[in-house]
Amino acid sequence: MTTRYNLPPRFPKPAPIKEPGPLPKRSLLSRENLLLLLFIVAVALMPVLPTPELWITQLNYIGLASLVALGLVLLTGVGNLTSFGQAAFVGLGAYSTAYLSTRYGLSPWIGLLVGLLITAICAYLIGLLTMRMSGFYLPVATIAWGLSLYHLFGIQEFLGKNDGIGDIPSLNFFGATLNSGREIYYLIWLAVILAIFAIRNLLNSRPGRAIRALRGGGVMAEAMGVNTGWMKVVIFVFAAILASISGFLYAHLQHMVNPTPFDLTYSIKYLFMAVIGGIGQVWGAVIGAGVLTALEEGLKRILPELLGSQGNYEIIVFGLMLVLLLQYARFGIWSFIRKWFPPPPTALAPAHADELPKREKPAAGELVLDVRAVRKQFGGLVAVNDVSFQVNAGEIIGLIGPNGAGKSTTFNLITGVLDASAGEVLYRGERISNLPSRAIVRRGVGRTFQHVQLLPRMTVLENVALGAHLRGDFAPQGGVLASILRLNRAEEEKLLFEASQQLERVGLGEYRYLEAGNLALGQQRILEIARALCCDPALLLLDEPAAGLRYQEKQALAALLNKLKGEGMSILLVEHDMDFVMNLTDRLVVMEFGTKIAEGVPHEVQQNPAVLEAYLGGVE
Amino acid sequence: MDLSIFAILVQDGVTSGAIYALLALAFVLVFSVTRVIFLAQGEFVAYGALSLAAIQNHQAPLTASMLVALGVLTFLVEMGRTLLQPELRLHAGRTGAVYAVKYLLFPLAVFAAARLLAPLDLPQLVQVPLALLIVVPMGPMIYRLAYEPLVEASTLVLLIVSVGVHFTMVGLGLVMFGPEGWATTAFSDARLEVPLGAEQLVISGQSLWVVAIAALLIAALYVYFTHTLPGKALRATAVNRLGAQLVGIGATLAGRLAFTLAAALGALSGILVGPITTLNYASGFHIGLRGFISAIVGGLASFPVAALGTLLVGMLESFTAFWASEYKEVLVFTLILPVLLWRSLVGGGHVEEEEEE
Repeated sequence: MTTRYNLPPRFPKPAPIKEPGPLPKRSLLSRENLLLLLFIVAVALMPVLPTPELWITQLNYIGLASLVALGLVLLTGVGNLTSFGQAAFVGLGAYSTAYLSTRYGLSPWIGLLVGLLITAICAYLIGLLTMRMSGFYLPVATIAWGLSLYHLFGIQEFLGKNDGIGDIPSLNFFGATLNSGREIYYLIWLAVILAIFAIRNLLNSRPGRAIRALRGGGVMAEAMGVNTGWMKVVIFVFAAILASISGFLYAHLQHMVNPTPFDLTYSIKYLFMAVIGGIGQVWGAVIGAGVLTALEEGLKRILPELLGSQGNYEIIVFGLMLVLLLQYARFGIWSFIRKWFPPPPTALAPAHADELPKREKPAAGELVLDVRAVRKQFGGLVAVNDVSFQVNAGEIIGLIGPNGAGKSTTFNLITGVLDASAGEVLYRGERISNLPSRAIVRRGVGRTFQHVQLLPRMTVLENVALGAHLRGDFAPQGGVLASILRLNRAEEEKLLFEASQQLERVGLGEYRYLEAGNLALGQQRILEIARALCCDPALLLLDEPAAGLRYQEKQALAALLNKLKGEGMSILLVEHDMDFVMNLTDRLVVMEFGTKIAEGVPHEVQQNPAVLEAYLGGVE
Repeated sequence: MDLSIFAILVQDGVTSGAIYALLALAFVLVFSVTRVIFLAQGEFVAYGALSLAAIQNHQAPLTASMLVALGVLTFLVEMGRTLLQPELRLHAGRTGAVYAVKYLLFPLAVFAAARLLAPLDLPQLVQVPLALLIVVPMGPMIYRLAYEPLVEASTLVLLIVSVGVHFTMVGLGLVMFGPEGWATTAFSDARLEVPLGAEQLVISGQSLWVVAIAALLIAALYVYFTHTLPGKALRATAVNRLGAQLVGIGATLAGRLAFTLAAALGALSGILVGPITTLNYASGFHIGLRGFISAIVGGLASFPVAALGTLLVGMLESFTAFWASEYKEVLVFTLILPVLLWRSLVGGGHVEEEEEE
């Protein structure tokens, strides 16, 4: 749906080599933790101090909205998925507890569990249906089912139709009955703080890095073994659960529910909160919820005095402010004040950790990759025409050819980005053609990209750790709950240690705590190799690794590849640069117009008349 | 249900389907040219119908004043930009004159025309163009004011701006038209009686008008997009914005054009349904949403399938309104789920590359 431009990635002006960053220190009393502590103390003191009742009410609403907006931070800010249906999930949570506690007199806590279960199932099913969508399908789809759920609330007899359900009992929390707003306040803000911790923990984990990789487009994440479709469903369910908890608390705060606050308008407001706060930032959600709630309350008071009570003026002003805010502060309020706050904690590599298990590597000379007459047709165009070649263990093979020869298409057939029209690709005797990328990497084939694909705002170390996605202690696409609860420390240590080791191996060890976007292009390409090495591959596939590199960078790259070869690695590289491949490779495969025209050791290929003609034009 | 009710429901379905087709077209056009999901599309429906209703009640619609206000704002913004940039300031006099004509004189002329003409007993042939003249120019002005400063922003930001525009327009709608619903005079009171078995099938003239005009508009747009230079420029921008810019098609111009067309399609849809349904200031949004749903249900494959999609939504709506009127909204909006299911099953195993932001 989206238009694709073949733009180069948006990083560096070929950058000066950066000084290695200082190692971040982390202590219990870091500024980040102090900020959190300050926030908790301020929140805790509010009801104790003689705060006016109206403030407490507003703070309760801010807390409830923050919960929903926090879910959107993860879903929209980090995962790049837009949902206009969050208010409907709030409604599911609210109506579940309302119905069960009034009709059957069940404990609200059972209502909470049932509500969460219903929400999770609904979100899972809806997620399965809609998370693959891109472009405008997803937001519009969420509008549609958000409205459906809202209308369903309003027509169900057992949910009290448009009047809703009243007389919802108060919550009972460890013996204390939470009747008033001042009493339930602590529970609401406890939930907010726990949600902040949950999201922070999740993002700083193996599944969290996979979630952060969704933003760059799915191809890279899939090539690292991430099931991107599943990860999208996971964060969607997570966001829905936060919304449902907010609904549960809302029902017991208000003691009544009706369909109105679960309408599309409210979904839009939640999204708006996350955006004006600064989407992608947990603090942004809380700030956004606070600002918007205060703004609305203020407008409701001031406008009727100014303009009279006819007409719904606040919606006009509200809409105008939305437009203006986005025009002048597109990245949210948090982006203005973040400089006064320390950056969020990043993952640190331990000095020692258990080694990750390694797969058994092929013996030297063993056939690793067998490309058998693969063919790719786009309509009538044959981009790859029955190309065959082989890669043995410990060999560096170059795939070369002039522009449009079909090199990249061949590469995409091997890496699972494209399906072959005919023929097959065998890796160590097993057919890998037409498998998804993530299944190919699981078998031990690592790859890099022609246009560097990394997450510029993540550290070098975290980027590389993404490559070890399939080597964690938990199920490849699981470990989400363990990460939220911080039960993944052993896994994290092992993965980050491995990433750190691979960075040392390629010579980028000193840059590990820099933001990846700050590296020079040559270093970014090396970073991609380190990331591929983190998959524990027996075969490396490199797509134009020398493109855009300066002479010295090319030499460093060649040295690195030779070193890897010495360690038994098999390497297939697609390249343009003749000098680079001549001195590096064991054999060359030459393609032109989709067909293999020559194969052999470099100096033979160099003399081959067909190759000369392809590169230099015919000799008359 | 007997045959005649069935026939009436089909007729309703086809009529609404035709309207949704127009809105779906506008929605896809705006999105593909500007990446804006234009949620306020429906407001043009309401503005068009209610402005016409006001004219038919011999009042100058307040939308004419809104047009003047929008024009003044646009003029100020454009002049501000011109005066702030040295290279533009050189020609400030000439461009300023052009802006004054476009954004001050023209809206004032429309306003004056509305004031003068509204109290008279006019034929519909004058009333309808007058309503269009008032409402349609708002499209490009809104694009200029709300979206142009954000051309580089992500789809999400543009979407939320749309929400802001939608809120503002609905709020203003309430101020301008009040909470009551209005219906406009039918284009034709003719009733075509077709013998159908033992009974008579009555086809209302208005339905025929709606379907005929919708078909005509779609045909006209087809010609516009395939045979005229601006139409081709719009298509080029939709296919590849950067490429179009490189060959000299300005993104700004394309955006304004897309919004003009969208406003025109919206206002016309409103004028067409005005006599069939009573509309109030807020009804536009739901009609607009059905246009979006139709675009998704139908727009997944070729153009004939897209037309079938809008028909399907129209039919579903009219039949559920008969059988289970409470569930009308739910069913129409739930219809999207099986379509998405189908798409996700057909979509296959490979992940699409997404837009980088």
